[in-house]
Amino acid sequence: MSSFTKAGDEKPALPESEPDLAVSRRSFLKGSGLALSVPLVAGNIRTVKAAGQDVKVHGPNKVSITLDINGKKQAATVEPRVTLLDTLRNDLDTTGAKRVCDRGTCGACSVLMDGKLVYACSVLALEAQGKKIQTVESLAQNGQLSPVQQAIVDNDGQQCGFCTPGFTMACTALLNKYPDPTDEQMRLGLGGNLCRCGTYVGLREAVKQVAAQKKGGRR
Amino acid sequence: MAEYKWPEAEKRKYIGKRISRVDGPLKVSGKAKYAYDINRPGMLHGKILHSPYANAKIVSIDTSAAEKMPGVRVVKLVQGPGTTVQWAGDEIAIAVAADEQTATDAIRAIKVEYERLPHVVNDEKLEAVPAANKRTTQEFVQGEPDKAFAEADVTVEGYYGNAIITHCCLESHGQVVEWTDANNVLIHPSTQAVSSISNDLAKALEIPAGNVELKMDFIGGGFGSKFQIDRWGTECGKVSKMAEGKPIKIMLERDAELTIAGSRPSIYAKVKVGAKKDGTLVAWQSEGWGTGGVAGMGAPPLPYMLRTASGIPNIKANFSSVSTNTAPSRAWRAPIHPQVAVITMGALEDLAAALKMDPIEFLKKNINLFAPRAEIYSQELDKAMELSNWKANWRPRGAGAPGSTKTVKRGLGVSMHTWGGGGHASNCDVTIHPDGSVDLKSGTQDLGVGTITVLNIVVAETMGLPMEAVKIFIGSNRYPASGSSGGSTTIGGISGSSRRGAVDALNQLFAKVAPTLGVKPEELEAVDGKIRVIASPSKSMTWKEACAKLGSQPITVRGVNRAGDRELSSSGVGGVQIADVSVDTETGIVKMNNFYAVQDCGLVMDLKTAESQVFGAMIMGVTYSLYEERIMDNNTGRVLNPNMEFYKLAGAMDIGNMKVHMMTGKGYDERGPVGLGEPPTNSPGAAISNAVANAIGVRVPTVPLTPDKVLAALAGKKGGQSNAKI
Amino acid sequence: MQKFEYASPTTIQQAVALLGNQWGEAEVLAGGTDLLALMKDYVVSPKRLVNIKDIKELKGITMTASGLRLGALVTFEEILDNAQIKRNYPAIWQAVSGVTSPQIRNMGTAGGDLCQRPRCWYYRAGYGLLAKDEKGNALVPNGDNRYHAIFGNEGDAKFVNPSSLAPALISLMAKIKVAGPKGSREIAADKFFVAPKSDTEREYALAPNEIVTDILIPSASGVKSATYEVRQREVLDWPLATASVALKLDGKTVKSAKITLGHVSPVPVDSEAAAQALVGKTINEETAEAAGAAAVANAKALSRNGYKIQLAKVAVKRAILQAAG
Repeated sequence: MSSFTKAGDEKPALPESEPDLAVSRRSFLKGSGLALSVPLVAGNIRTVKAAGQDVKVHGPNKVSITLDINGKKQAATVEPRVTLLDTLRNDLDTTGAKRVCDRGTCGACSVLMDGKLVYACSVLALEAQGKKIQTVESLAQNGQLSPVQQAIVDNDGQQCGFCTPGFTMACTALLNKYPDPTDEQMRLGLGGNLCRCGTYVGLREAVKQVAAQKKGGRR
Repeated sequence: MAEYKWPEAEKRKYIGKRISRVDGPLKVSGKAKYAYDINRPGMLHGKILHSPYANAKIVSIDTSAAEKMPGVRVVKLVQGPGTTVQWAGDEIAIAVAADEQTATDAIRAIKVEYERLPHVVNDEKLEAVPAANKRTTQEFVQGEPDKAFAEADVTVEGYYGNAIITHCCLESHGQVVEWTDANNVLIHPSTQAVSSISNDLAKALEIPAGNVELKMDFIGGGFGSKFQIDRWGTECGKVSKMAEGKPIKIMLERDAELTIAGSRPSIYAKVKVGAKKDGTLVAWQSEGWGTGGVAGMGAPPLPYMLRTASGIPNIKANFSSVSTNTAPSRAWRAPIHPQVAVITMGALEDLAAALKMDPIEFLKKNINLFAPRAEIYSQELDKAMELSNWKANWRPRGAGAPGSTKTVKRGLGVSMHTWGGGGHASNCDVTIHPDGSVDLKSGTQDLGVGTITVLNIVVAETMGLPMEAVKIFIGSNRYPASGSSGGSTTIGGISGSSRRGAVDALNQLFAKVAPTLGVKPEELEAVDGKIRVIASPSKSMTWKEACAKLGSQPITVRGVNRAGDRELSSSGVGGVQIADVSVDTETGIVKMNNFYAVQDCGLVMDLKTAESQVFGAMIMGVTYSLYEERIMDNNTGRVLNPNMEFYKLAGAMDIGNMKVHMMTGKGYDERGPVGLGEPPTNSPGAAISNAVANAIGVRVPTVPLTPDKVLAALAGKKGGQSNAKI
Repeated sequence: MQKFEYASPTTIQQAVALLGNQWGEAEVLAGGTDLLALMKDYVVSPKRLVNIKDIKELKGITMTASGLRLGALVTFEEILDNAQIKRNYPAIWQAVSGVTSPQIRNMGTAGGDLCQRPRCWYYRAGYGLLAKDEKGNALVPNGDNRYHAIFGNEGDAKFVNPSSLAPALISLMAKIKVAGPKGSREIAADKFFVAPKSDTEREYALAPNEIVTDILIPSASGVKSATYEVRQREVLDWPLATASVALKLDGKTVKSAKITLGHVSPVPVDSEAAAQALVGKTINEETAEAAGAAAVANAKALSRNGYKIQLAKVAVKRAILQAAG
């Protein structure tokens, strides 16, 4: 568990670097690196030789990154250990994606990365560089809800709303891939998100409503 | 002249119609801001160090390493050396830093030495619980149970129970607190009690209650677990002060949320019930036990709904409260009702099976025992039978409903339930502005039940305005106080206050404009954006024109609903649910086919969100019936599944098809709105458990009905089979 | 999560050079769906993370007459979308379709599936791979072992192998190609997993500075295969038992069979007994049932996971019937 420390298992955490980089580097390197053929290089961004070639090594301290969020380039300074989700929420004040399980199970943090639905809690911010990230905030255009958003409102596929952004992204991804999903496709498209209030009936109806609209039908 | 009484059905424009929740667009677009989403300028992050042990004395705490860490602003003990922690997860210390990572590093660098003490964390095996942890409460006796059992024609005995589940709010507990100056505090919490927890925070911080401002636009789930300021709330205020008043966000991590932030007590019972040959229920006997944590729990009302003077005539019930080293339970959506429904309705279904009676026939035979709602239940049973096509689909126990195969058995089960749900004390201010705009302010909160939408409906309906002409402001303790949202009291409470406020404000407006229209105020009505003369509707003025008559001074009126008010709201509802399941007898896996609910809630304010409440309760019910349980480890004393991976919730495709029917119209509407959050939560466990028993021919004693238990019941293994003599 | 440094090499050689020669110093990041959770829970705390997702050689699905090659970075979604795999290697495709989370399928990789760590709740709570308390007492035997092993649980390791693909790969006689500083080697899928004897060992046969590069599955021409998972929920859920079978038929008679059980043991169980029970028989309900019974004849329940024996038996039976169509 993250915060339930057992007596005796506290490993000294690696200190933050700001006031004295030298000290933190020393402490980071202390007692480590011996087993690595390419030694650890505490700092920000360095180039090391690996198999005779240059490879960039980032961190462990904060590094500057640029993310493409909803079509806008956004800069942040984060440690490599910071997830895309926490960067969005804590550094970029983009809080649509929610932190619930933080372990890649509940889907509340779902975003699209290069068009694919992913758990933002399980992507490092560094890894997300160069990818197009779309959050729930991107779906409405010119104040107009997307068909999926509108259908979730119409069918009341939400209650407290905390799972809603994740489900909105999951339904969007599902319908992007399968405009008229079968039950099996819905099973495979909605199996990565969880709701506690119990909004599944409305969510399933919402998916069907959008599918019917795409077929040109009316409901 | 407008009056408080709810309008007649034919005059309702919004009340009882399908209205989409007005805050829906904010939620689907990620714009709804929850406490977890609040980012304040200069905000710091706090992390809590929790006890890893279920029972231990804190010997020493060394925070020096944490304090020395660069970036760490505050390290504060919550419980110091000498304290005994009585459950794993209890708060020991808090560290505050500029970012979450550093704060987490800091709590991990705190060295705590504990002296471990023996713990008890499980209670289902009562015989394994040390005597010191058990307290048997006095017997409840009614009539002559021993004699009645001796004279009963049929008696069945069985074991029934419920594992502990947690609230598992998706937005974990927590808040952002800051000192705006030396004496004033601003809190953004996630709470079900907007109008009250600020007082508790003020007390803990030793400042006047009025010096705490509370703001909360949205809350990500509560279910009864978010009524208190909580220690992490008061400590957040204290560490903020230590950090020169900077805003500090402390939200529980998921493991802590599932360990300490709320759970529903277990309840188990050995039950004996007896009846006459014709199905007349004559006697009940139960020996129950359960735990709500260190404090144990009070004796629950067994048998459910029937422990009344008009209920089962002969009753003997006792209960053992078990103290366990687990975090204290909290009110969980309809406290105690779902658990006692599983036990009571399970035993009654077993009795019906022994009598070779259709369980609905059996319930109807005994319907008068369910006074004072016997008539409502009767109607609801009929409706539920119709929805589920009960007559065509139900088969006697173990015979397999149509669609059964050699290995997959289908079954149907029924349950009934009740709940009070009278409106709570509520205040609001309704304002009509000279420009024609209207708003309402109330210190209430919308847990997702549709509070904002219902307030909007009531004001718009009362003033004859479109929904979008009214603005609703809630979620601040600076608005008129309104009750906490719990116990299905909110819709009743806020409907009453908003109706009165809107009516009074409208009447003031009528008084202003009546002279212009040349009539008395009581001759006016507000319809379709117009103020008009009732007797000659063509004599009218637009809403805007009318409001312009106000000059510069808006009308603001306080709307009040007093607790216990029975003029606009009432209390006491009934519901019936029928579950239709398939059980794979080779794997023990239960799948929902169909699930039907028939529910009364007096006057339905918004049919769409009302149905959502019932669907939600049924889905939560599928979850606690089939999947979720808090699993405690005897060795380590810890929760083994404090995550969303093994704390299992139902998914979108796990719930089968669902149908909800709201009882409306004559006999229901005139009672005014009654809360709906709790009642439909009560029956799912019993209905699903009964459906499984009907399908496989044997009772699976406890929920959740996991494959191991279903297979054990099928194999007739000890502990897996009810000893019902049928 | 503890601090670490992060590198994103673009070749296999760079990647393995960046890894250490003992466990724990560095970890390989692929899909991240398991590793980041392990790191957040401080179950693993590497000082360096080597992200292999930028290595192009590790990508791609190739199907030839001689067989199927899955690059280590092939995602579950790519497998699910591949009609040829669905047709020719149903055991693999069905295993993937059991992962109902599209997010996991988009992120999770074939190589990562093989190298993910056990879900044992004692392990995940910090009690080590072998689940022992501070005094060295084993926590599983008299703890809550409802999800633990029913085979191979005599030793200290009592967790179950969590891989979705492993049973299918073993039944289809796949090879796992791995690369290290001295080049690459192939490991038979059934030799890839090992039951660790100490907390410092891993449950797969990689050296600390080796990575999985390819999964090579021989041609399945004439092979009927299937995977059956017993899962309680439709939403993402761990199987309680899995069976993958690969059958060669002579007319209606089973010529050869390979039957592998997953989620029941620290390493997937290649059930020779089940296969033998089937060879020479015509597939029907009874022979499939008998093979299932043979598969679990030597299973040994812990205190509260006896039900898994029944589930494993049923999984075998249903996988056989499913493969036979």
